[in-house]
Amino acid sequence: MAVMLDARGLRVEVGPAHARRDVVRDVSVLLYRGEIVALVGETGSGKTMTALSLLRLLPQGARGEAKTLRLGDVDIAALSEADMGHIRGSRISMIFQDPLAALNPVRTVGFQIVEPLRAHRRMKAGDTKKRAAALLAQVGIPDPAYNAKRYPHELSGGMRQRVLIAAALACDPEILLADEPTTALDVTIQAQILRLIRAETERRGLAVLLVTHDLAVASTIADRIQVMYGGTIVERGKTRDVLREPNHPYTKGLLDSVPTVRRKLTPLRAIPGSPEGVAAIRQGCRFAPRCAYAIDRCVVEEPPLVEVAPDHESRCWVFAPPKGGT
Amino acid sequence: MSDVLTIRGLTVDYPVRSGLLTSRKHRAVTDVDLTISAGQTVALVGESGSGKTSVARAIVGLAPISAGSIALSDQLLDRRGSRRLRQIRRTVQMVFQQPGGSLDPRMSVADTLEEPLHYLMHLNSRAIRARVSELLGLVGLGQQHLTRRPRELSGGQRQRVAIARAIAISPSLVICDEPTSSLDVSVQAQIINLLSRLQQELHLAYLFISHDLGVVRQIADVTAVMHLGRIVETGPTERVLDAPRDDYTRALLSAVPSIEREASAMTDTAKSISAGE
Ligand SMILES: Nc1ncnc2c1ncn2[C@@H]1O[C@H](COP(=O)(O)OP(=O)(O)O)[C@@H](O)[C@H]1O
Ligand SMILES: Nc1ncnc2c1ncn2[C@@H]1O[C@H](COP(=O)(O)OP(=O)(O)O)[C@@H](O)[C@H]1O
Ligand code: SF4
Ligand SMILES: [Mg+2]
Ligand SMILES: [Mg+2]
Repeated sequence: MAVMLDARGLRVEVGPAHARRDVVRDVSVLLYRGEIVALVGETGSGKTMTALSLLRLLPQGARGEAKTLRLGDVDIAALSEADMGHIRGSRISMIFQDPLAALNPVRTVGFQIVEPLRAHRRMKAGDTKKRAAALLAQVGIPDPAYNAKRYPHELSGGMRQRVLIAAALACDPEILLADEPTTALDVTIQAQILRLIRAETERRGLAVLLVTHDLAVASTIADRIQVMYGGTIVERGKTRDVLREPNHPYTKGLLDSVPTVRRKLTPLRAIPGSPEGVAAIRQGCRFAPRCAYAIDRCVVEEPPLVEVAPDHESRCWVFAPPKGGT
Repeated sequence: MSDVLTIRGLTVDYPVRSGLLTSRKHRAVTDVDLTISAGQTVALVGESGSGKTSVARAIVGLAPISAGSIALSDQLLDRRGSRRLRQIRRTVQMVFQQPGGSLDPRMSVADTLEEPLHYLMHLNSRAIRARVSELLGLVGLGQQHLTRRPRELSGGQRQRVAIARAIAISPSLVICDEPTSSLDVSVQAQIINLLSRLQQELHLAYLFISHDLGVVRQIADVTAVMHLGRIVETGPTERVLDAPRDDYTRALLSAVPSIEREASAMTDTAKSISAGE
């Protein structure tokens, strides 16, 4: 299968020189044509920083590096900022949780969704109008010619997210990065947006990274799941394998914490403690303070990502010991 | 069983200023009936804007009631006035979504918990201290948290403080409005377990407002589904979620993403992960 985006050894540091901390460590993201990879984890696990580092769009004060960062045969890491600017929005697009914040309040949505076309393809005004309506129609917005003339605040949250998706897809990108695209939406609207993302992924052969805190969302839409905790990937594999045979204690704990609508489980098997404390931990397995299986080694040395089954990796001294026992 | 809350025909209209002199009304809740027995959890579920919070606010006297009646413990509430407010605050307490919920950012945990004991229970300072440490224990916090301010606590800890304050005066009904919606799922599980345990120990009744049907399944005895200001379906939670009768309930249920796991994959190892909070 064609690897569209190949990012390895991602690392992001934040904070002033005397108090640097890495919020993303040893993360890799491989996206394949026509597939959705979900990056799943709780608050502060480094999902957004990972996605932004793929675009080389980290916030002020954050510094990123990568061992490999390739889009097809282009070495993104080596591009000038100007060349990177051409790639953003044309070959790699991103959508966010809050579509209202991402849209310009004083421009019509029709104007905004073809902005990437004007910027990257130098399309003329007459052509963009037709294209805007066509794009809105594709993402399921009714009466596209009329709605193209409306302003963001006149649309519902679900419609706005469709508009953002239309803008993201305007230039026919290869890669779509979606950061919590349905978190602010009601479940019925969420289901529609997820279906839309799935359909466009298949129709266009997109490669998608879907960032979400919601394991249930990931399980319904993703081909692969990467679970993040404390800045690194603790487990990854095919969705089915990760859900049915989770290896890492955090993945298991997360799965057990999710209240299912199917049956009553109370008391839920909660993970003790809170992910908010993880920023203070600078070494070892970041999950150790919350882990029922921690051994001495866990608090001093971070385990490597080890293959536990074909195409299924986990980062745990106890459940995924390195082969040959280093 | 005695009822702690009986709502009949509740209608809430918000005034909407549309012109300089004209004023319209926005109907947020229409003809809602709801009964909660002592020690019972009734969930109010629905999408945003369906009117859930307006029902809660009407119960505690914070939303304009244009029709209907609300009785607490069989005592019909006065329509307005300060007597009504005092009556309410001794029997009903609220827990809101965090952050931005009910905690004053300037107040320490100790101050937050002492306030209702002082003003509503009129306890002396020794009795207050004893009650505060009892409350901390009940919600799984320690003495070391007493001097902290909200920003020095995690989201889960803040919600524990809000719950401790709500139960301080031994109310018979606690209204929880999306109490876990902004928490991480591992912490949400702790708070759900905590609420369940407190209910058993203290015989509390909950009006549990949520948009998350998975959470509702875990905690509610009875579920009422709201849509566009009306309750479209009410019944025992199992019945409503397993055999919904209303089209809207069915649509809502079918949109909920759910994790498919084989029974065998309910991890043995995870079973030994602390079942605690
Ligand atoms: N602009 C920033 N400057 C410094 N630190 C940041 C910034 N944004 C996020 N962080 C920190 O980086 C870590 C990872 O954050 P983020 O990637 O946003 O997590 P997630 O998206 O998984 O919730 C967190 O500890 C967060 O506090
Ligand atoms: N203070 C208010 N003034 C005017 N309209 C309001 C006010 N509060 C809520 N509403 C409206 O009432 C309806 C119900 O809102 P709400 O009770 O907050 O719903 P929910 O809690 O289910 O999201 C919505 O249309 C909302 O915009
Ligand atoms: S490495 Fe140790 S602390 Fe980390 S998950 Fe495995 S057993 Fe737990
Ligand atoms: Mg994020
Ligand atoms: Mg509400």
